[in-house]
Amino acid sequence: MYQLVLISLGLVFGSALLGMFADYQHSLARFLHFTLLAFAGALCAITSFAVLINNFTLVWQLPLGLPWLNWHQQLDGLSAFFLMIIGIGTLAAALYAPKYVTEYKNSGQPFAALAVPTSLFIAGMMLVVIAADAYSFMIAWELMSISSYFLVTYQHQNSANRRAGFIYLLMAHVGGLFILLSFGILAGFAPDAATAFTFDGMRAASPSLLWLTISFACALIGFGMKAGLVPIHVWLPEAHPVAPSHVSALMSGIMLKVAVYGFIRVSFDLLGEIHWGWGAALLLIACITALFGVLYALIQQDIKKMLAYSSIENIGIIFIALSLSLIFFGQNLPHLGTLGLIAALFHCLNHAMFKSLLFLGAGAVIHSSKEHDIDRMGGLIHFMPWTGIFFLLGCISISALPPSNGFVSEWLIFQTSLQAAAIDSGVLRAIIPISAAVLALTGALSAACFVKLYGTAFLGKPRIRSIKKSREVSFGMLSAQGLLVSLCVFFGIFPTFVLNLLNNIPQQLFGEGLSQAMSHGWLWLTPISAKSAEYSAPLVAFGLILALLVWAGVYFIMKPKRKLQNKGRVPPWDCGFGPLNSRMQYTGSNFSMPIRRIFSPVWELSEENKLQARNGLKEHAHTLIYRENSDDISWKIFYNPIIKMINFSTKRIGKIQTGHLRHYLAYSFFTLVALLWLIS
Amino acid sequence: MNLTDLPLGEQAILMLAGLVLFTSFSLLAQPRIVAAIRTFAWQGVLLSVVTALVAYDTGLHHLYLSALLTLLMKAIFIPWLLHKLVHKMEFQREQDVLHHPVLVLMGGAALVIFCYSIALPIQKLSISVTQPIIALSMAMVMLAMLMLITRHKAVSQVIGFMAMENGLFFAAVSATHGMPMVVELGIAFDVFVAAIIFGVFFFHIKDSFDSLDVDRLSSLSESDE
Amino acid sequence: MVNILNIQGWLLVLIQTSLFILLSPLLAGWIKWLKCHLQNRRAPSLFQPYLNLWRLFNKEVLLPQNASLIFRMTPYILSGVILLAASVIPFIFVRVPSAATADVIVLVGFFALSKFFQSLAAMDIGTSFGGLGASREMTISALAEPAMLMSVFTLAMIAGSTNLSSVIETLLSQGLVLRPSLLFAFAGLVLVAIAETGRIPVDNPATHLELTMIHEAMILEYSGRMLALIEWASMTKLMIYGVLICNVFFPWGIAESISVGNVFIAFFAIAGKLFVLSICLAIGETVFAKMRLFRVSIYLSLAFTLALLGLLSHIILEVGA
Repeated sequence: MYQLVLISLGLVFGSALLGMFADYQHSLARFLHFTLLAFAGALCAITSFAVLINNFTLVWQLPLGLPWLNWHQQLDGLSAFFLMIIGIGTLAAALYAPKYVTEYKNSGQPFAALAVPTSLFIAGMMLVVIAADAYSFMIAWELMSISSYFLVTYQHQNSANRRAGFIYLLMAHVGGLFILLSFGILAGFAPDAATAFTFDGMRAASPSLLWLTISFACALIGFGMKAGLVPIHVWLPEAHPVAPSHVSALMSGIMLKVAVYGFIRVSFDLLGEIHWGWGAALLLIACITALFGVLYALIQQDIKKMLAYSSIENIGIIFIALSLSLIFFGQNLPHLGTLGLIAALFHCLNHAMFKSLLFLGAGAVIHSSKEHDIDRMGGLIHFMPWTGIFFLLGCISISALPPSNGFVSEWLIFQTSLQAAAIDSGVLRAIIPISAAVLALTGALSAACFVKLYGTAFLGKPRIRSIKKSREVSFGMLSAQGLLVSLCVFFGIFPTFVLNLLNNIPQQLFGEGLSQAMSHGWLWLTPISAKSAEYSAPLVAFGLILALLVWAGVYFIMKPKRKLQNKGRVPPWDCGFGPLNSRMQYTGSNFSMPIRRIFSPVWELSEENKLQARNGLKEHAHTLIYRENSDDISWKIFYNPIIKMINFSTKRIGKIQTGHLRHYLAYSFFTLVALLWLIS
Repeated sequence: MNLTDLPLGEQAILMLAGLVLFTSFSLLAQPRIVAAIRTFAWQGVLLSVVTALVAYDTGLHHLYLSALLTLLMKAIFIPWLLHKLVHKMEFQREQDVLHHPVLVLMGGAALVIFCYSIALPIQKLSISVTQPIIALSMAMVMLAMLMLITRHKAVSQVIGFMAMENGLFFAAVSATHGMPMVVELGIAFDVFVAAIIFGVFFFHIKDSFDSLDVDRLSSLSESDE
Repeated sequence: MVNILNIQGWLLVLIQTSLFILLSPLLAGWIKWLKCHLQNRRAPSLFQPYLNLWRLFNKEVLLPQNASLIFRMTPYILSGVILLAASVIPFIFVRVPSAATADVIVLVGFFALSKFFQSLAAMDIGTSFGGLGASREMTISALAEPAMLMSVFTLAMIAGSTNLSSVIETLLSQGLVLRPSLLFAFAGLVLVAIAETGRIPVDNPATHLELTMIHEAMILEYSGRMLALIEWASMTKLMIYGVLICNVFFPWGIAESISVGNVFIAFFAIAGKLFVLSICLAIGETVFAKMRLFRVSIYLSLAFTLALLGLLSHIILEVGA
């Protein structure tokens, strides 16, 4: 069975090879490259689905790497789940990309510089989730980071892109170092030196609580840097917007989940015992991340930057669920911990689906309208109806509204936090509901954010004339979005099937599953017990459709029998205030103004209000320019002090270099004396 | 100990204790001075009712006297005194400046959780009906101190000081079922004298600075800034 | 577990829901009547909202030029969602099959869905007032949601369930218990309900000044049966909140088993509770003035503090160490 995974990896590498020889002029090689990727993705998804549903655990070794260090690989439930996510994402991106990349035809870069890193990026992600030893894990991690660097700097003529790429590469490597440290600690305590670097060896390790905590902290920082936890998230809003859209979809939808996979693998599988204090600390970080992400998303005008910050928010939500799970495991309540883990995994799947959908939709919008800024769009739903509908369904899912899939995973997280009543410690019983309230706040703010995005970009009237020339995108781009939308809808209306799938993962990791979850049939989702909470998504969806039909029925009964002359469309009433033009509409920044006033200390906002004089006289001015700039406050609070401290200390240390020969001779002399004394 | 197992009188005590905590929070966030004085008066009334209920429940009759004293001093006399002062200085329409009321309220909630976690070992020792209230009374003291820190006008700070004394009284009632009568009377007299002295000082401060904003007091320092 | 093929159960759901949506204009009319009498004005008839709805249904719909599919679909989605929400609340009977399909968190989600679509429809036409109403509505709902969920959590921690039927049954079985946590949760939920249904002091439902509107600004462009559906939905939403507060915090009288006597008692009980609640609402609307928009955030943080106090008193006072 595992050979299928290797075949799909081979297909990906094959597409990389093909990509080297493809270019924009000849479309055959280009299409073939993407077809190979699509097949690889589909194969991957199907294989991992089969592994997951049959509860297999596959382990094998590849004779790659050094002669005496084989690459250990595994495909257990957790790896298969994330491999499935990667497969679906790859399929969607490969369906979307062929027409989309023609946008870069005249940009000056060769197509190979986009194609080869994309394939290597996907291969790297696949290799990370199936790695079963630290060595192949780190190689795959590096492959993933470096190839995505080349994707981020694909349009390197722009200096902002180069800066984004630099920060991305720097933080990816700092994070990688922390991950290596975390593995190193576990390997250091492993009983068998020969297999210390494999995951099996690390599982057998039993360090003291202090070392376990240090390893957990290193894993948290390392994987958190890649996932986007605040305050080590600063690369995300810079790197995701500048990459091509299908790559942004892969990075935001899939790569962040690979980082979450790494964290889950280390903390739930490799570490062994779990201390509840880790969960409490992580809960605080995750709540701050979620709130920070959504508040920053609300004030962005660039569509992709908004989606990037929204990814930070959702990562925060996933980590809230994971921290609740850690707390419950630490307090010896494994069945509740399992619930938290399943809720987190479900949200990973959901976020991968709808975030990829939204990024692909944003790419379609940018491709059609040639605009990035939502304040320069408007009324796109009239010109791009299908993209508009798919984007709407994506917005509904990400705002966690019933009956979408985003709602189911948030409902599960709420139910997990409500089980806090079972914990002994009263303080934890008080803090966990407060974190649930923070989750509720972020959910409601994200709904506001996506109303802003959709309402400004797709609804209303076009704010600049060139928008009217937008056209619906090609079938390939639409089919990718359609695939993701149908998966979102399916997961929303039939969540019990997904839970069936997910149940095998904690079963394999801890031997505990959610026995109650499907005990009442596929119709009812009862995570704890039927008495405490239940949700029937299919019935709710059915009820919604039924209710709509009721009103349709009322309409047909009450339809006036006399023939009314069809007036057609009339101008909007607008309280009778006179002729409207498209500049009178609310823009995105207007929409978020009340929230900006209320939460003002959170951002680093600067406004510029300039009256352009005419004839040199201010009194005859006719143009008012208003510019609003927002910066990430983490730079000011967190990074600038660190940079200052590093500069300060390096200047001090630099004083060793005096430039005098005799001083350097004195250094060697004193070192020699000290060494001799040490030896004696 | 489950709430449903307790008799109605004890449930009423816990209910009123919750309401006293609410008055502490509303003192924190109430900008209007006259309303703050009124809230403080209500706090005194609720405290005396709780004390009377505890007296009825445990049969300790000296607590009835405590309740009466609290009612007279905290609920009637001191609010009347503060009211008179405020009207004399023509202060009744002024509002205290509240920076970030939401953050202050959240800080108050965190303080309550903190006091609860500290009071946990004490609660395990005591077996009386009022054992959960110990955490609440500590929280009242903390919240009153928070009020002292975050408010600007001198009248609000006096109310905070009095509320702190309320909290200490409540702690005494809940932990040890009241203090010895001598101590009780001594503290009441101290508070009475303090209120009068504060009143005198208000006039002085108002004469010197033409406002009761405590931050203006730092202009008294002679250092060159 | 609930047998979904229970025909009797679904018949009860049908009866209960139809009664709900047929009586909600009466509740709105009653509140209006009370407010008029408190303000020394002559009140319209109690059945005026029915006449308004009938009039609107018979008028033709004029669609603005820029209206897209979202504008046209929103009234139906809105009323459909509110209808679904009405079927979930225990109105006369405690246990009905529909109440088992969705719990309180799903109910909050339903309201969020309705607000989402209403805001989108407001922004669809391209007028400034639409954006104004949409942005204010989403801000207020964002701030109200943690307060509402905190009250819900307090309830869930007391009753051990988020399912409304289970909560009511648990509270009924415990008899008369003085709980500070319920008192605070009640206060918080009342404040949130006022914000969500758009009553004074958050939003004036009878205002004509566009710059002060929140809910009305979003429906300025609707006409005919679309406007009728939206108005009906907002009246039903008010009744949903009213019934929720009455039946959860004062559950006495609700029918726990199906018998004719129980049904009549339950009906008169809920009618009486709504009667008292509307008097309090009318007095509140008359005594208080509408707040400016940026004071609403402080008002909602008060609601959140109350709900949080409810949770804390539950943990500290009621459950003990």
